[in-house]
Amino acid sequence: MKKLMLGNEAIARGVYESGATVAVAYPGTPSTEITEIIAKYDDIYAEWAPNEKVALEVAIGSSFGGARSVAAMKHVGLNVAADPLFTVAYTGVNAGLVIFVADDPGMHSSQNEQDTRLIARAANVPVLEPADSMECKEYVKLGMELSEKYDTPIIIRLTTRVSHSQGTVEICDKEEIGLKEYKKDIQKYVMTPANARVRHKVVEERMNRLAGDIKTLGLYSIEKSESKIGIITSGICYQYVKESGIEANILKLAMVNPLPLDVIKEFADTVETLYIVEELEPVIEEQVRALQIDAKGKVLFGRQGEITVRQIKNVFGIEVESAAAPKALPVRPPVLCPGCPHRSFYTVLKKLKLTAMGDIGCYTLGSMAPHSAMDACVCMGASIGMAHGMEKARGKEFSKNVVGIIGDSTFMHSGITGLIDVVYNRGAATIIIADNSTTGMTGHQHHPATGKTLKGEDAYAIDIPALCRAIGVPNVVVIDAYDMKAVEKALREETAKDEPSVIITKAPCKLLIKEKWETYNVCEDDCTNCGLCLNLGCPAIQKGEKAARINEALCAGCGLCESVCKKGAINKGGK
Amino acid sequence: MTKKILIVGVGGQGTLLTGRIIGNYAMSKGYDVKMSEVHGMAQRGGSVVMQVKYGEKVYSPLVELGEADIIFAFEKLEALRYMPFLKKDGVVISNTQQIDPMPVVMGMAKYPEDILDDLKASCEHTCFIDALSIAKEIGNVKVVNMIMIGAYAAYIGDTIEEWESIVEKTVPKHTIEMNKEALRRGYSAYLGK
Repeated sequence: MKKLMLGNEAIARGVYESGATVAVAYPGTPSTEITEIIAKYDDIYAEWAPNEKVALEVAIGSSFGGARSVAAMKHVGLNVAADPLFTVAYTGVNAGLVIFVADDPGMHSSQNEQDTRLIARAANVPVLEPADSMECKEYVKLGMELSEKYDTPIIIRLTTRVSHSQGTVEICDKEEIGLKEYKKDIQKYVMTPANARVRHKVVEERMNRLAGDIKTLGLYSIEKSESKIGIITSGICYQYVKESGIEANILKLAMVNPLPLDVIKEFADTVETLYIVEELEPVIEEQVRALQIDAKGKVLFGRQGEITVRQIKNVFGIEVESAAAPKALPVRPPVLCPGCPHRSFYTVLKKLKLTAMGDIGCYTLGSMAPHSAMDACVCMGASIGMAHGMEKARGKEFSKNVVGIIGDSTFMHSGITGLIDVVYNRGAATIIIADNSTTGMTGHQHHPATGKTLKGEDAYAIDIPALCRAIGVPNVVVIDAYDMKAVEKALREETAKDEPSVIITKAPCKLLIKEKWETYNVCEDDCTNCGLCLNLGCPAIQKGEKAARINEALCAGCGLCESVCKKGAINKGGK
Repeated sequence: MTKKILIVGVGGQGTLLTGRIIGNYAMSKGYDVKMSEVHGMAQRGGSVVMQVKYGEKVYSPLVELGEADIIFAFEKLEALRYMPFLKKDGVVISNTQQIDPMPVVMGMAKYPEDILDDLKASCEHTCFIDALSIAKEIGNVKVVNMIMIGAYAAYIGDTIEEWESIVEKTVPKHTIEMNKEALRRGYSAYLGK
């Protein structure tokens, strides 16, 4: 049977067909759907871990325990999971272990565009790179086999356009694998220096053996042509090369770490000019050049963003379609939704002119106009450490104008240790935990403080205020995120203190609310068009000639506009 | 020949679902299909684009500049924004709905007044549908995308019956009649352009 599937959905199907029984992840665009879809298979245990490091560690444990296992994450998640990754390369596996890592060239929804292949090279972990949904599914099964055959974790590198594109997939039956026997093996699994020295040799031998086997394993394909041009490519770039219609010999790599250097040498000998078409870093190119083979890559295609078919056509002198010039139009950036519970504290932060160390989530949108109320955003969990660092650089008085902002899911992910640092090292930071009871930006996933698991079962919900108190935060204030007065009062009071404070602004993400709400209206006679309500940056409130207007279709009934209006011109329902 | 469709709109308008329905339909006709979607940050009220390509063999899932056979817009400013992607004799089917982007909401920029004229001037084959008004007449603003799908069905020259059967398979049972009406209204709106 054939089915249209997202790359991520095809990965999930591959996990099922491979007989894997444990899947662990922390959500992150563009990888999130992999684990969400796996969770729908009753035969597979699937969970959200608090972060990618834990996710990989759980998958390592279950692989050691004898179950084929997978972990999924976005590219920056692999940084969090780098610690277990670098050493599981040494121990190897018991049952197959496959790690899905989704890169985001062009940064559609990410803070950087790092290249997973480089991390995999540093960690000596083999990498497969699928080019479409069908390959996504097949490479999972292939990855499991290679993982067990070569006793190594395998990374499947995805990119946004593979993860989030749909293509036809042939559905197969599930392979019945069963648990592998677990045997205690201290030399293999306990990485003390003495054992690790032995295993490091194993790693090197394994990578060399695998590189030599790629030819017999057929982890590449060659398309021959009469042309004198040769192109080496992999993943989505293969599709772009084919789409361009270029007449060339094409070496498409399925395995991008290690590279089949013998195959590459032979291929290069058959062509006059060799091109490397790869997104992001010159990972293939530099290794090809190290063979003393002349190849053109980054000088033509660059390291930044996505490669386009148009770019390839231009390089090879193929005519491109003419296109109208873009017009100067009002931009449409993403915004905090109408009714978003994060809107209140950003409005107050702007009013109080506070310096805000931000974090990763929907609330990063507070950095955009009209709030522009975020000063820095680096990585998951960094807000708290950065707020503490600001204080250590500029002193406690300056720190009274600094806050850290972090969401509930991000706090679970990697904010807790930052908060411990503040308390332990006698800081005075004020941290806002914007608790909307979900992982919002990635599409509403549960986390350890929501009370539900990925499979929808009831779970213990971590009590965030109690956790903060247990860490030793002397001031923990919980307020309704829609109560503007309480938000302002809390921010004024807590930032003035010489000791750490946590302000938890609580209200579930508006997109999760199913009940109907009453919308608000502006009484035109009372409105002086002062613009205070516009400062909320609510998409439902529009500047008018004489008075502000509320778009009823968009209004989510949160009432923030009513609370900021000094003229009482905004009211529920009535005109 | 590969058919290339660009579905554009504002995050939350249902472009993703529309693309999937169109893509699955093309697959049921025996075509090779590829689609590209937008997830994550841009979905939050930002400008979104979904791409659908089908034909004998499709490689890249993306529609590039000057290539689209059709720009299928759920919001008129977004139709204009993506015009550089339309091929020379391409078609624009656009909902006439206006959703103000944040700079306009804030009064920092003006929503262009003459978008429909602009679209007509740069494209010979345009069809504008007031899907929001039709949806309100039907009694549910959520059927805007089904009205647009009806227009698409008319554009590719299928019979309404073929698409009605797809609707029956894809929407919840209690909404079938409403969605079929939306489909028919969109279908005739396109033909009566």
